[in-house]
Amino acid sequence: MELNILTLCYLIGSVTFIVGLKMLSNPATARKGNWIAAVGMGVAIVGTIFLYRDDEGARLHNYAWIFGGIAIGALIGTLAAKKVKMTAMPEMVSMFNGMGGACAALISLIEFGHIHDISAEPVGKLSIIFAGLVIGSVSFAGSMIAWGKLNGKVKDFDFPGQHMLNNILLLAAIGLSSWIIATEPASAPQLIYAVLGMALLYGVFFVLPIGGADMPVVISLLNSFTGIAAACGGFLYNNKVMLTGGILVGAAGTLLTILMCRAMNRSLMNVLIGSFGGGNKAAAAGAKQQGSYKEISLSDAAVVMAYANKVFIVPGYGLAVAQAQHACHELEKLLEAKGVEVKYAIHPVAGRMPGHMNVLLAEADVSYDKLEEMETANEQFESTDVVLILGANDVVNPAAKTDPSSPIYGMPILDVELAKAVIVNKRSMKPGYAGIENDLFFQKKTSMLFGDAKKVLQDLATEIKSL
Amino acid sequence: MESILNFITQYQEVIYIVILMIFVGIEVIGHVPSVLHTPLMSGANAIHGVVIIGAIIVMGKAEESNYLALILGFLAVVLGTLNVVGGFVVTDRMLEMFKKKK
Repeated sequence: MELNILTLCYLIGSVTFIVGLKMLSNPATARKGNWIAAVGMGVAIVGTIFLYRDDEGARLHNYAWIFGGIAIGALIGTLAAKKVKMTAMPEMVSMFNGMGGACAALISLIEFGHIHDISAEPVGKLSIIFAGLVIGSVSFAGSMIAWGKLNGKVKDFDFPGQHMLNNILLLAAIGLSSWIIATEPASAPQLIYAVLGMALLYGVFFVLPIGGADMPVVISLLNSFTGIAAACGGFLYNNKVMLTGGILVGAAGTLLTILMCRAMNRSLMNVLIGSFGGGNKAAAAGAKQQGSYKEISLSDAAVVMAYANKVFIVPGYGLAVAQAQHACHELEKLLEAKGVEVKYAIHPVAGRMPGHMNVLLAEADVSYDKLEEMETANEQFESTDVVLILGANDVVNPAAKTDPSSPIYGMPILDVELAKAVIVNKRSMKPGYAGIENDLFFQKKTSMLFGDAKKVLQDLATEIKSL
Repeated sequence: MESILNFITQYQEVIYIVILMIFVGIEVIGHVPSVLHTPLMSGANAIHGVVIIGAIIVMGKAEESNYLALILGFLAVVLGTLNVVGGFVVTDRMLEMFKKKK
């Protein structure tokens, strides 16, 4: 009876994961979908704690440890997730993903420790243990590096032959695992730590050379890795909810990774291997393009915008860093009061993660219907008087269309140069995340408005009020 | 050949689940608008926190004298819970921002 109830719990869990994921991909139902999946997860967890029996029919023990661990994890997790700033959410996701990977790796490590006689174990079980260990560790180490990169603690770093070293590390980890499984040496309990070490190292070197702008793609990929690592646990315990949940995320995460790459018009291979952002290409592109740009004063910018018919705001990472979304909404309201039509043009990869800008602007109460996706925005730029670019750079760089040698060539961009005037707010003339110069800043209709996005927006608002 | 066929027969249930779930996973998020990429990734991140169940089992089975297993298992439970709880809460916070406002 009890075991049948547990089976039912797992069935509920699996179904809610599928339904939840489905609802998460629609703006109207997303929030509910998240809750449905969470409830299903709760049912599966509670069921496991109280109803689980192993093959011999023994119940779980160590309840103090289990509840203690859950209490600590839940407390830290809730606090961290509640307190994190909107701009720091991507790295938070990466951090939580790494925790899941580490959890999967630890399970493998402990299960291996339980094996008394390695030669008596079926090859299938050993393979699953090692797969969970390697995938989980790579996901953990990679996620930690991605987390460090997004919050600026870890700098881009690569050296000649790094890709070669990566491949060797991965092959060595797989090779050693296979060798342990095939020959079942007596020293296996020690050797498994060597496998762990190599997998961790691989995770670090796998993410290190990839530019910070590509981190969302990497996190999404590591997310699907953790899914597969969780599924390995499902194999190990013949646990259907772990299996369905893990594979579901593995498949959906892989597709999501590809969708994100497509939004940037790049292939996954190109993201993983072509560590762009540093080096000669960027320097060469920068050298040939040093024309003159013109600045605009705050009061002039205020006048131009206040007397325009239609203003498009293009938010970028600069806005996120400056936490300027509320100031931006203020400006929008002031302009609307003056009869100006204000819209936001959101590039699919604006900010640090796809959808990042929408989340930020929504936080500042910007209405959902004011946000225009790239295609619709591009159709409207021709009838726009002023485009105000706030800390965005690569997503408005015409080089993506005109310069085949540019690393971002082929990426769809916002055609802001179609508008009558462009005002660019940046902190300095430094190139953007991809490390390349932007022709747009040197064009005739472009004027630069230097300064921190929040301060500039507040000053603009004051100027417009006094008009 | 024989052993491969045996393997497939023995684990056919699992193999069915894996194949079907791959298609379900792809189908279910196939039409996601790019606005929802980040929340969806975050939600999926919370769902793979289901690995916590493995951690609970491993913890619950550890012998009381095996300190290494106890400590590692405890760590696994903490990390797994972090993944689940943190993942769902952060996703909810993101989606809270998407409420339609007029």
